[in-house]
Amino acid sequence: MERYRGRPDAIAGLVQGHRVHRDVYIDKEIFDLELEHLFPNSWIYVGHASQLKKPGDFITCRIGKQPILASRHRDGTIHVFYNRCPHKGVKIASEPCGNTGKFFRCPYHAWSFKTDGSLLAIPLKKGYENTGFDNDQAARGLTPVKNVKIYRDFIFARLADEGLSFEDFFADSLSTIDNMIDRSPTGELEIVGAPIRYMHTCNWKMLVENQTDTCHPMVAHESSAGTAIKVWEREQERTGATEKPMAVQLYAPFMSSYEFFEQSGIRIWPNGHGHTGVSGSIHQDYDDLDGYFSMMVEAYGEERAKAILSDNRHNTVYFPNIMVKGSVAILRNFIPVAVDRTLVESWVYRLVGAPDKMYERALMYNRFINAPTSIVGHDDLEMYERAQEGLTSDGNEWVNIQRLYEAGEAEDVTEVINGTSERQMRNQFYAWRKFMIQDMPQNVEAAE
Amino acid sequence: MSPGNVTPDRLIDFVYDEAATLDEMRWEDWLALFHDDGRYWMPLEWQQEDPLLQPSLMYEDRLLLTVRVERLSGERTFSQKPKSRCHHLLERPRVISDGTEDGVCRLRTSFLYTETRGDLLDRYSGWVSHELVEVDGNLKIMLKRVDLINFDAPFGNIQLFI
Repeated sequence: MERYRGRPDAIAGLVQGHRVHRDVYIDKEIFDLELEHLFPNSWIYVGHASQLKKPGDFITCRIGKQPILASRHRDGTIHVFYNRCPHKGVKIASEPCGNTGKFFRCPYHAWSFKTDGSLLAIPLKKGYENTGFDNDQAARGLTPVKNVKIYRDFIFARLADEGLSFEDFFADSLSTIDNMIDRSPTGELEIVGAPIRYMHTCNWKMLVENQTDTCHPMVAHESSAGTAIKVWEREQERTGATEKPMAVQLYAPFMSSYEFFEQSGIRIWPNGHGHTGVSGSIHQDYDDLDGYFSMMVEAYGEERAKAILSDNRHNTVYFPNIMVKGSVAILRNFIPVAVDRTLVESWVYRLVGAPDKMYERALMYNRFINAPTSIVGHDDLEMYERAQEGLTSDGNEWVNIQRLYEAGEAEDVTEVINGTSERQMRNQFYAWRKFMIQDMPQNVEAAE
Repeated sequence: MSPGNVTPDRLIDFVYDEAATLDEMRWEDWLALFHDDGRYWMPLEWQQEDPLLQPSLMYEDRLLLTVRVERLSGERTFSQKPKSRCHHLLERPRVISDGTEDGVCRLRTSFLYTETRGDLLDRYSGWVSHELVEVDGNLKIMLKRVDLINFDAPFGNIQLFI
């Protein structure tokens, strides 16, 4: 029996402020509804314009369960389509990225399409004469995604026809992406390498929640970051080394105290977005590398350069499923695969015009924290897996997200709060509830 | 010139013996096989040339490898409860260079690697390349490079060393 389909009240009841019902993580029907409603109703990250440098360049991704294709047309415009041939539904592009030349050609029956999606040619076209083909959707070529926004080279799409505009959906949260871009002396980012991909056997929301969970690093990562500090201290005693290696600079702040995280603050925004590290973060004490600061002063003037580089936000969650970390120019994409399976793709942007060493550090951070070979990743995944299994226990059907909860706290507001609050997790669930049921008809029972 | 007593058999035995330290979880012995400036590298791209300015899965010096080894036996290393075990099945290593030219001996070895933890078991295959130098009569690893055939696939945890 379907417990949630057609029952928005039941879905809304899963989010109760200080707690959420376990079904949001373990129920397959809820997961299917997320792909059908939550993801299409939200603005989802498709990719970065630097992945589409030349005409004919394309990338593929999924939004919810739907395959998506983006391409650069010969006039320089970027187009986003549903990745299926209008003929028999065959996926037009099967690789993550590539260059298709002047047109896409379906490998099944050789229907071809210009890189703006319009139908170019069909073999034996005369077979469609007098069939009314021109009136069929197939004649219009690849179906475009109607709502696409390219914000400073970041490509987002919303599949649902109706919904919040890009500007209303993200609003002030775009300041994190702005800051990341501004960290390039020329104001430009580019993707020049592959993402690190890491399969997680847990629900996608556990990963998103963990991005603003500041009470776990000193516990879960004691094994990795704590050991790194121990080994480094011993190394210092042995060799008298004083200069902290880049690797230790990246690992050590994971052991920061509760007080540090409390004072760093969390900022929440409407629609489920929010970030840790408002007035300082684990990224604030990295070395200046190879004259980077001087380059920034040269490019922006000292005051502006300092303003950009002193805004060291920790993790910014862009609801529903990406996290941006400006200080090391990383974007993590939490791609739902199944109710208990999430593909994480972690991308590093190169700051155009900055020293290579900056990119080197970002790549190091990415493999330290976000790789299947990452000891910090091992710590985290172990927790998610145990939660995914533990939640099937009937002893308690609820997950507690009550830290610094205030009864009747406002939803969809901008606020800065204590950095150990679980408010951002609640913020995400308020948005989850909103975008899950936004386009659902009233309860079937109620209508009858 | 060729380092002292470096023979193909000695080089090949070294590669087998190194894998044995891992399979037998003799982590300290394994670390000791690395040169002070040695590196363990796992590229993320096909025929990758640069470990630092192209994304890698791992590129670690002895300090970082030591962190990993100590972590494996840590009291609060929850991802090692239960502990992982591994198995290296190696094809006979090919000696690419015996060090005559630059003192660096190079070998390339095809492998099947199995890592298991609890009820789970994962398999990986690819090639491991060794760059070895002789220090005080002992062979030391300057570089151990692990190229997986499916480097671009999304893996779950790889917690031990291929």
